[in-house]
Amino acid sequence: MSTLTALARAQAVARRIAQPVATVRHVHVSDRPLVLIPLALAGEANAPLAAMVGDEPGSPRLVVVHQPRNRDQRFAFAAALAGIVVGYVEAFRSAVETIPSGQGREPRVRCADAPQVLVPNPAGIGFVRLLGRSTRFRRSYGEYAVDPAVPVLGRWLTFLAERAEYPGSCLLLAATDALALHWASGQSPVEDLNLAALLGWIDPPAGMTGPEAAAAAEDPVLWPPAGPVTDPTFDNEVLAPLIEACARAGDGTGARRRAESALEAAVSAQLTPTWGLMWRGVGLLRALPPGGRVAARWDGDKDAFTRHAEHLRAGGPPQPRRDSAVAAARRLDWMERALASYAVQRALDDPLVLAEYRMTGEAFVGIVTAAEPGPDRRLGQAAQAAPADHRHHGGPSAGRGRRPAAVPGPARAERAGRLRVAIGPAGAGRTGRAAAGRPGRRGGPGAVRRDGPGAHADPGQRSGGGRPGLLHDAVRLLPAVRDVPAARGDAVDARRPAARVRARRRGR
Amino acid sequence: MTARDVPPVHAEAQPPTIPARQLPATAGDLAEQAVADVLAALDGLPGSGGPDDLTGLTGGRHRGVVVDSPPGAGKSALVVRVTAELAAAGEPVMVVAQTNAQVDDLVDRLALATPGPAIGRLSAENYMPTPRVARHATVSIAQRADDLTGCRVMAGTAAKWATVTNGLWPWAVIDEAYQMRSDTLLRIAGRFERALFVGDPGQLDPFSTITTERWLGLTWDPMESAVAALLRNNPGIPVHGLPVSWRLPATAVPVMAEAFYPFTGFRSGTGPGGRRLEFTTRGLGAFAADEPIETAAAAGWALYELPARHTVRTDAEAVMACAALAERILQRGAVSYSERAPAGELVTADRIAIGTAHRDQAQAIRSRLGLLSVAGVTVDTANRLQGREVDIMIVLHPLSGRVDASAFHLEAGRLCVLTSRHRHACIVVARAGIPQLFDAHPHTEPVHLNVPAKFPDGWEANQALMAHLASLRVRSL
Amino acid sequence: MTTEARLDRIRGAVPPRNHNARTIAALTSNPGCARRAIMDAAGVDKQRLAACAGFPAPFGQSQFAITRGNAFEAQVKANGCAELLRLLREGLGLPIPEVSYDDLEEVAGNTSRELRHARTRSLLARAAASGADAGTLFDHPLLRLAVAGQQVYLEPDLIAFQLHGQFHVVEMKSFAVIDGQADGDKVAAAATQSAVYVLALRELLAGEGYGPDSVSHEAVLVCPENFSNAPVATLVDVRKQLTVLRRQLSRLERIDSLAELLPPGLTFDLMIDEAGVAFRPAAELTEAIRTVPARYVPECLASCEMCYFCRDEARGTTAALGRDVRDDLGAVETVSAVLGLADGTLTPADEQAEAAAMLQAAARLRRETPGGAA
Repeated sequence: MSTLTALARAQAVARRIAQPVATVRHVHVSDRPLVLIPLALAGEANAPLAAMVGDEPGSPRLVVVHQPRNRDQRFAFAAALAGIVVGYVEAFRSAVETIPSGQGREPRVRCADAPQVLVPNPAGIGFVRLLGRSTRFRRSYGEYAVDPAVPVLGRWLTFLAERAEYPGSCLLLAATDALALHWASGQSPVEDLNLAALLGWIDPPAGMTGPEAAAAAEDPVLWPPAGPVTDPTFDNEVLAPLIEACARAGDGTGARRRAESALEAAVSAQLTPTWGLMWRGVGLLRALPPGGRVAARWDGDKDAFTRHAEHLRAGGPPQPRRDSAVAAARRLDWMERALASYAVQRALDDPLVLAEYRMTGEAFVGIVTAAEPGPDRRLGQAAQAAPADHRHHGGPSAGRGRRPAAVPGPARAERAGRLRVAIGPAGAGRTGRAAAGRPGRRGGPGAVRRDGPGAHADPGQRSGGGRPGLLHDAVRLLPAVRDVPAARGDAVDARRPAARVRARRRGR
Repeated sequence: MTARDVPPVHAEAQPPTIPARQLPATAGDLAEQAVADVLAALDGLPGSGGPDDLTGLTGGRHRGVVVDSPPGAGKSALVVRVTAELAAAGEPVMVVAQTNAQVDDLVDRLALATPGPAIGRLSAENYMPTPRVARHATVSIAQRADDLTGCRVMAGTAAKWATVTNGLWPWAVIDEAYQMRSDTLLRIAGRFERALFVGDPGQLDPFSTITTERWLGLTWDPMESAVAALLRNNPGIPVHGLPVSWRLPATAVPVMAEAFYPFTGFRSGTGPGGRRLEFTTRGLGAFAADEPIETAAAAGWALYELPARHTVRTDAEAVMACAALAERILQRGAVSYSERAPAGELVTADRIAIGTAHRDQAQAIRSRLGLLSVAGVTVDTANRLQGREVDIMIVLHPLSGRVDASAFHLEAGRLCVLTSRHRHACIVVARAGIPQLFDAHPHTEPVHLNVPAKFPDGWEANQALMAHLASLRVRSL
Repeated sequence: MTTEARLDRIRGAVPPRNHNARTIAALTSNPGCARRAIMDAAGVDKQRLAACAGFPAPFGQSQFAITRGNAFEAQVKANGCAELLRLLREGLGLPIPEVSYDDLEEVAGNTSRELRHARTRSLLARAAASGADAGTLFDHPLLRLAVAGQQVYLEPDLIAFQLHGQFHVVEMKSFAVIDGQADGDKVAAAATQSAVYVLALRELLAGEGYGPDSVSHEAVLVCPENFSNAPVATLVDVRKQLTVLRRQLSRLERIDSLAELLPPGLTFDLMIDEAGVAFRPAAELTEAIRTVPARYVPECLASCEMCYFCRDEARGTTAALGRDVRDDLGAVETVSAVLGLADGTLTPADEQAEAAAMLQAAARLRRETPGGAA
């Protein structure tokens, strides 16, 4: 249930401009991302037609296949693209950083930064995956030999596309996905897949409202589709004759060169508007403050990049066509954990996202009015009462076992600790007792029991097996610093179990 | 077996092949024969050496037996019986269930059935043994398999077994195998040589939070159900069926079999008239809930229809209707007559349940029951009601009040679980307009190559059930 | 006025659009929309209609796709379907002994549809009678299906072949199958079209006294493999699509109940003159179209030529925002009602009370959260 985002859409319709659904940026935006806009030829299996690519807004590079059905030309395209993409990617291998490891382990080394490729839409990610598939098994010797850079390109593209499936990863992003994560337009999610229309809602040009800009964006002449699918009218009226002209002209003749230039000009005209849109999108995302846990997730991406770079350097084989049974099971497990952790992290980073969970009763926010000491293993040793300088704890998955900051660890006591939290609408005067480690039973408005493994499903929010629910983590959502009174005589000292803290009831 | 009328074999039920020398006269004979067939099949399994992964679970000769069990057919009883027989023969057995509650239930029944051999309960760190497990002296509890070496029978959840990394048991008995996911089976497949898989294919499938097409079409798709994957990789594995439902009354079986088990079918363990519901007090027609209750008592089913409207999920009128039905059943002092209690037994609150599709609906109904001071009635979602049994079931139809039907709400397994809990009667609460939903439902789901079509189709199953309920409709005023 | 006369009047003075498998399959995509049902039953040219009303549809077909499709089909069928036979033998492991090939396209120079259909029927009946393993491929059969009371001729480019006494529908599509996987929506469309042919074939054979089992429910889908032009064949179970189609076709039979509700003089006639120019004023046409209610959802944008028209009409409704969004807003119909209920300016009707409470809670959460717009 995402009533808040739905309401935001309704508000967008009324206000004629997209409404924010996030207060911070949940994706990492690199200082130097590579924008890649591919075009494919209709009817073929991902046969590339052209690509506009570059890491500087002012200098797009265009690679075109003049005879898209010609397989040699396709691989020449791949080689040219490899020159740009692989060059960009591998430049990140040089700078490294050292990560101090936990006790008893050697500090390890990883790349200081990782590449980031941006495509316009999810279909663009599909193109990257298929192009990777069609190139990574090619050989640079023997029959059907290709340029040696081509299989390398294939393996990097496949790596990026596989990583894109991993929740929270930002190595390969679709602009429409990233933007829709932060803004609700006044159109349907289906229409949001049109980058020009979505940006029209989010950032309409001067003098236009959101819906007007979106309507203008649907004209394929003004705003050609962001690809990889081309506009059929363009195909029939412009592209087909130009390709025909290239094919007809003899090799090396002036006619051939002229035909090729004309084709390149036409394709460039199709891609340039989207190029501008992509960088506008990057700018809009950069303007948002990053969420607290974005950097940690990017570290995970850096690790993955480093591992794959190592794998390539060691001469490892290309990714297999299909996963084996064990690899599939393992990957599913990783993805499920990553999804749970990503959802929790976003909620903890962003009060607007947390508000969605509060709406369904899976989380609540309140002030701790009393604390009974005694640690519970689930919360870790430190979660007893709210000390004056308390900060938000990370969820179990967010911190990867990191201890909550600023709360000293006391000696273990025998029984589970409890927090008495005041919540509820203004004047309701209800308090809930959230027993540490168990879902609160009388939790607050609409709080419901949360189940363990195999719990029931809401559409779009189904639970896998046995992951700690948000409510468990929400128990750690002790109030932000400003809500707890400054240290006074009654501030709790976790080392003195009998102390209690008094806090004002927070009305809502 | 009592000498009663021979219940007619329903036309749709297809009993397993029975040797010609035995002509079963009663449902009990049929069920016994089926169990004997399963035991014989297990006897015939060859032992093979070494752990294999899923694709190696075959070797030309089958290493497993699958038993499809419709609701209430004695699945857990079969598990207990097979385990007991294997243990009595001196063979170590690993017992696998999907949730802690299921494991506890099996351990309890095993300890009662086989007082001899030691039973080990493999559990997670924070597991608190329930009283009915803790009371058995023969049951030991530990976190590691090594600590339970003396136990002939070792039981645990699939998730826990997945953490056991060595050891080879000659036998595994896996309960609720259709609710287990294929990747979980992969993790435990190396622990056993031969296995019995028991489960209900008509109930809820396992699912994942992840949506991806990456593994669709692969026979080892980790998101598929374990048995489906097993059968696709080992097409020769014999699939037996338990042919009789002991829970569902004769009024329910034809409907359920047609809607949810279209290819296999099953029959009822009791004949018409074998289950009855009567009321201690007479309804005087003053309560709206009386008519649907009486219809359900007479026919085994009723549809309590509210006026057509599009509502939020926690439709207050529907919530109140469900709670009012439960309250009224208790007020009228319903008495159930069955083969278990021929002299009649009062239907107490713990013998009534209310089922919904969503947690917030269940919560709303619970709150409402609290306001009415009705205590003890179970209210839960389909997921959590799996395996439960009650006398009277009240169901808030998943499609009630909806503008359109989504795949989640049409899912056959969900409706099957909700409508197969009852021994006597089931009352479905729904707003009018559901058949129009079916008509308007667009069929735009993607089709993936090499993925077998799943039957029953949710849309079809829903229509079959509503078609039956239409004749038993009671309109609320 | 009979339903047929009514539908004729709605369509106006033009011949009805021919149905083909694709349009029949599309009947299942939004069955709840009366506007589409009436237009499809009457054979209205929706593309032209939308353009005349001022909302030309965004659909078009790239010639690259068309040429590729034709080339692939030609390749598979070349040399008496040599490639296809190899596929069926090796790829699907079907034992095909001797194969005869019958091209039903022309009947001694005479190509009237009734004749071709009759010839198809007699040849297929003979093959069915000759029993198992006759192993025959039939190219360009002409089938017939009853749709909304009319007989629609279906000319598949597919080939029905017979094996073990069962006919199999073969469908050739030019989207790729890569590592055993293909685009789910495209396969679904192909499956539904194959189901149309299966239905038609079953109807034909039923007329000759054969049961539905004479036609297999598994269609053979032939597609290019990976990134080459080499074909690969996969069996696709179309039982679900068959059930859906049958139900929808039978609903179409009952189009009269829908048609009766319409004003008798209703027409979508575009008043096309001899030069092919449409003269019907757009405003009048729009008003006429609006008398038939539609059921717009954003998915229409991918499947119906009237989509822009209906979307414009649906502006301001929550349905235009998508099914999930509408659900999340408690099924309140219009955006203005949603916002009115959310900020309390609109008094909820009895049945809206719960939706109002939910929306108010949501609005309050958004308002109070720092950074959320008020």
